[in-house]
Amino acid sequence: MDMNQYLDMFIEESKEHLQAINANLLLLENDPGNITHVKEIFRSAHTLKGMSATMGFEDMASLTHEAENVLDLIRNQKLTINSDIMDVIFHSVDLIEGMVIDITEGGDGSADVSIPVKKLRSIVAGDFSAELEIAAAVAVEEEAPVVEQAVVGENELDDYALMVLKQSKELGNQLMWIKVTLNENCLLKAARAYMVFDQLESMGEVIKTKPTVEDIENERFETSFEIAYVTMQSEEKIRNTILNISETHDVKIDPIQLKEASAPAPVVAVPSESASEVKKAPEVQQATARKQAAGGKTIRVDIDRLDILMNLFSELVIDRGRLEQLAKEIGKSELHETVEHMSRISGDLQNIILTMRMVPVEQVFNRFPRMIRDLQKDLNKKVNLEIIGAETELDRTVIDEIGDPLNHLLRNSLDHGIESPADRKKAGKPEEGTIVLRAYHSGNHVFIEVKDDGAGINKERVLKKAIERGIVNPANADSMSDKQIHELLFAAGFSTAEVISDISGRGVGLDVVKSKIESLGGSVGVDSVRGQGTTFLIQLPLTLSIISAMLVQVQDEKYAVPLSSIIETAVFKKDQIMMAHRQKVIDFRGRVVPLVSLQDIFQVPVSDAAVDEDEVAVIIVRKGEKMAGLVVDSFIGQQEIVLKSLGKYLVNVFAISGATILGDGQVALIIDCNALIK
Amino acid sequence: MLEHKEIVGEVKVIVFRLKDEEYGVEVNQVKSIEKLEHITRVPRTPKFVKGVINLRGVVTPIIDLRNRFELEESVYSESTRIIIVAVGELEVGLIVDAANDVIDIAVDAIEPPPEVVGGVEAAYLRGVAKLDKRLLILLNLDKVLSTEEIKQLDAIEG
Repeated sequence: MDMNQYLDMFIEESKEHLQAINANLLLLENDPGNITHVKEIFRSAHTLKGMSATMGFEDMASLTHEAENVLDLIRNQKLTINSDIMDVIFHSVDLIEGMVIDITEGGDGSADVSIPVKKLRSIVAGDFSAELEIAAAVAVEEEAPVVEQAVVGENELDDYALMVLKQSKELGNQLMWIKVTLNENCLLKAARAYMVFDQLESMGEVIKTKPTVEDIENERFETSFEIAYVTMQSEEKIRNTILNISETHDVKIDPIQLKEASAPAPVVAVPSESASEVKKAPEVQQATARKQAAGGKTIRVDIDRLDILMNLFSELVIDRGRLEQLAKEIGKSELHETVEHMSRISGDLQNIILTMRMVPVEQVFNRFPRMIRDLQKDLNKKVNLEIIGAETELDRTVIDEIGDPLNHLLRNSLDHGIESPADRKKAGKPEEGTIVLRAYHSGNHVFIEVKDDGAGINKERVLKKAIERGIVNPANADSMSDKQIHELLFAAGFSTAEVISDISGRGVGLDVVKSKIESLGGSVGVDSVRGQGTTFLIQLPLTLSIISAMLVQVQDEKYAVPLSSIIETAVFKKDQIMMAHRQKVIDFRGRVVPLVSLQDIFQVPVSDAAVDEDEVAVIIVRKGEKMAGLVVDSFIGQQEIVLKSLGKYLVNVFAISGATILGDGQVALIIDCNALIK
Repeated sequence: MLEHKEIVGEVKVIVFRLKDEEYGVEVNQVKSIEKLEHITRVPRTPKFVKGVINLRGVVTPIIDLRNRFELEESVYSESTRIIIVAVGELEVGLIVDAANDVIDIAVDAIEPPPEVVGGVEAAYLRGVAKLDKRLLILLNLDKVLSTEEIKQLDAIEG
């Protein structure tokens, strides 16, 4: 049987199930006792297994099969979930996701599943210590820096050291894992290391080193060594002290997290252990509940078909316009009523078709909890991601594009905004940071907010860096407002180097975020209070295809002016027009605003019917701070218009950004006000 | 000049009239033939760009072929047609005096265009076909629809 025809469906559904599994896994992690989540996961996994087996993706089928066995045990309460089992399942899901991506890209979806399969089997067999060994072996084999960092301190320390650390922590000490890197051309490495130890000993206690003290003394290390360290001092102070020793190149300090669950003993079927470290996440649960309520029955439609439907519909609208006209001319009441009825129905239809393109931002937001979960493990930070307004709808085309910029902003907030638990504690904040991802409608726009309660933006450092990079002229630096300084983060030159991240880090790649959002017709801004957090606010148009516009008449031609650039419309007497430098101007609320005649600029042929009036209709438009008054013959009215491109043949037409089709079937051009204001 | 490789045997062409001559475009490049309807002028474009029309929901640019070929202008009449052609990603309507025939032409009957035929620049032509007493001028749409001139105009304006 030819499976290709089912491939698209398979891919789409797999993605959906994986999404569901991920979401439920996160819920489960926060609420391990809740079997309903396990049941949901099991159901999705079961479907995935069946689908992949049918499609002949053997690796995927076997992996899901093993995962299913584990889930089955949990479901029947023969096995209690803990964070290690969670990790194995998460890892398996990642693998499956990778396979689906491979299949999407035309691959055969094969992958080496032996390790996770072995792990899953060992969980089922109850032989979990063996599994842990494998895990350790894998971690070493892969040498993935992320993995290494995630378990920083833990694997390196023996029971005795752990006990010391635990006690010190209870006494209010900071536990740190310090990695000191010396300059490459450092001549007396052992001596430098000795100086580091000397300094550290004066402020706290070195618990363990890697490599061993002996090796370090004999210079048996490359350029870096690591230390488990207990101190009452701040991370910042330790860092500065070490950096003050000459020839030290870099110091990396990570807090050591002591987890109860990570005690060396195997933890199969030990309940409550991991429950102690989990937290309730009512927000997330609420969001899901809403999702389930709003879910209902759906059918997948190709976006191209929706486009075709919309085009066909605008045809219908045109005919409706003609019918209305005819009915008016013929003046027969039955005809009139029928046409009126039809108009109303087609109006409703139009709304439905437009809203059919709208999808909840949930689709994008869904993937972030998982990302945050992984990232906070990597960074050794604690953070709670609150998602609000996931049901807010956006046009499909916008949804597809918004994921990457949001991902970027969230990573930024977690990486550079939220401080380490130790620092937070010192600042009098709860150890667990909060990142709020909120979406809401306002007027014709959708706002998406990424807000953290982290350290905020360090203006002095940003400014200093901007001057170094030549983005800001030092002469102007003093006069810059906070807002202007914050905006610097989006400057193009700011993003290039990682060096940035040791200052504020906020600059990494934000220019990309900005340009992406602007390409969607939106804007992004940032606001920050030092020590209290940072908020990024994205404003997006509801859809890329429908905008509000003011239709105007210029002689016999009609033009649309996007409402977003209009300040207001006004009628002026001809004698109110003044001349300044051979340029017609008007006094608009105390400001001198130049007038632009659309008739002149578009060389509109003069209509026979034109009458010379003593009043001029003016649309005041703006571009940033600048304003201009567009002179038209009359206002037709405000209308929602469907944006159309002029096509590939007519590119860069002066001051025209596109076209729309009016109710009478004619094309009206959309004026690009930005081009008219110099 | 002749692309024998892609035409084997016969080609089907739509025949249209421009001034007093007959032209042809390959049928697979033609999407539809429309009657003249309201054209919205697009300011600051070359003279041969008459504007845009609403073609079943798609905004489609319209070129007056007489203008394009620098022939004398004429008043649009009942027989005036818009031939919607598609070349690659370009979709453009061509205003012609009349369009009323579809014929098959043997590839052998196509000859390279003479240097000058009826004032139309040779670059726009793909060849000339002799059919009994008729002379059919086959258009090279790629050249006719080249956006170079529009870009040049853009450069001047800019």
